[in-house]
Amino acid sequence: MASAVSKRSFKWSRLWINFGTYVFWILSSIITLFPIYWIITVASRSRVELFPPPNIAPTFLQKVYWKNFINPFVNGQQGDYLLNSIIIATSNALLVVILAVMATYALSRYRLAGADNIFFWTITNRMAPPAAFLLPLFLMYTRIAKIGDWSLFDTRIGMVLLYCVFNLPFAIWLLKGIMDGIPRELDDAVLVDGGNVWVVLTRIIIPLAAPGIAITALLSWVFAWNEYLLAATLTSVEARTITTGLAEFVTVTGTNWGEMAAVGLISLLPALVFLTLVQRYIVMGLTFGAVKG
Amino acid sequence: MLVSVSIEMVLGFILAGLLIRDFPGKAFFRTIHALPLMVAPIVVGAVWKLMTFPGFGPIPHYLKEWFNIKYNLGTSAPQAFWTVVTMDIWHWTPFVTLTLLAGLSAMPKEPFESARVDGANRIQQFRFITLPLLMPMILTTLFLRIMDALRIVDEVWMLTGGGPGVSNRYIGIHIWRVVFPQTDYGYGSAMSLLLLYFTVVLCWLLFVSITQSGQRTVQ
Repeated sequence: MASAVSKRSFKWSRLWINFGTYVFWILSSIITLFPIYWIITVASRSRVELFPPPNIAPTFLQKVYWKNFINPFVNGQQGDYLLNSIIIATSNALLVVILAVMATYALSRYRLAGADNIFFWTITNRMAPPAAFLLPLFLMYTRIAKIGDWSLFDTRIGMVLLYCVFNLPFAIWLLKGIMDGIPRELDDAVLVDGGNVWVVLTRIIIPLAAPGIAITALLSWVFAWNEYLLAATLTSVEARTITTGLAEFVTVTGTNWGEMAAVGLISLLPALVFLTLVQRYIVMGLTFGAVKG
Repeated sequence: MLVSVSIEMVLGFILAGLLIRDFPGKAFFRTIHALPLMVAPIVVGAVWKLMTFPGFGPIPHYLKEWFNIKYNLGTSAPQAFWTVVTMDIWHWTPFVTLTLLAGLSAMPKEPFESARVDGANRIQQFRFITLPLLMPMILTTLFLRIMDALRIVDEVWMLTGGGPGVSNRYIGIHIWRVVFPQTDYGYGSAMSLLLLYFTVVLCWLLFVSITQSGQRTVQ
């Protein structure tokens, strides 16, 4: 009898704990999601609807003010910026992956002099504040990398190369852990059978590391997409990205909040898509493979 | 900045501790909490600007209505500072949570069992087993967060532009302001170099802690 009572009370307390857990998580999810929700709400309202008193009801379910989206993207320049962003991020991801696979293969399979130092300095490159590189990069892009009238400043190629510098270290660190996990015996087997290094790379390493390579590509895509400071400094008209376009909305003479929210929302979308794809590996990417998610 | 990092660490730790328990719907909440990590810093700044803008932002409105606090980002420096802290917490706590969660789930079970046999209570288990085992992970996260906090530019730039006045100019914004509008290249380079040295030292600490945590997982 006594045991039955204690069992029952145990169940009750367990129920309360579960209930508390859910309440807590739902509350914290609301806090987490509210800013995203608010950007959708603002993006769907016209200027008049926006102003006081603040209304946090989901009006976008009934009516969306499409002009907020059409104006900046079709009539304005944001469409070009969006295209620039897509081109830069995609080519950056491709270049980073190709270079990183080869670099990591070398670092992982050969005994290079000072390999540890190379490894350490790559991470320094990634972790240093971009602000520290602003000035040297700016001078380099405008004065040194210049042939006649053409300079790296404000070109897509320039931005791709730049993001490569900042994304390669992370890609190398991430891939190193994966490649070290591929047994060397497989390499040796191919080499014994008369294949060269290229065969090892294309037939063994790349297929086995494919998931890791895909994650690396996606994450470096997102990093290039999200970058603002360097893009704002090193581009002016031709190669502006969507993030700098978003910042252009803040002006002294008043801001078109609805359009700004719409642009923000569009630049947010890839993040949401990728989140569903690589959710488990985000942590691994952000900690340079030190933490396996 | 250190304020926000320390709050994030504590909050992230608590969240990770709660998320380690199994309950239905765990994966769903986990996904939601990973969301801010993938959002571009500049968009984070824009969203918070939309939320705090006096006029239509919900935050000033409800602060006024419920607590009778006058909240204006453009005029009050402490308020701007705490808004930046809150924004940073919103953006980066998930990172701490997910990292520590990964650390907690990778933890071996045996020490806990033997401790329970020896009669240790939960607090003792946490203090003498969980914390030491998780230490490399905590350090890694901490160093990464400090370095990221030093890099913060975009969000603050979007939110307040380093203002009101110069109250919220973090190092990155300061360099940017000195170099570009004022074209004081020498001063800007000197600051960049100092910042770089500082980061290299931090980086070295991070490197050591990463290699240690790597060894720990191998064991």
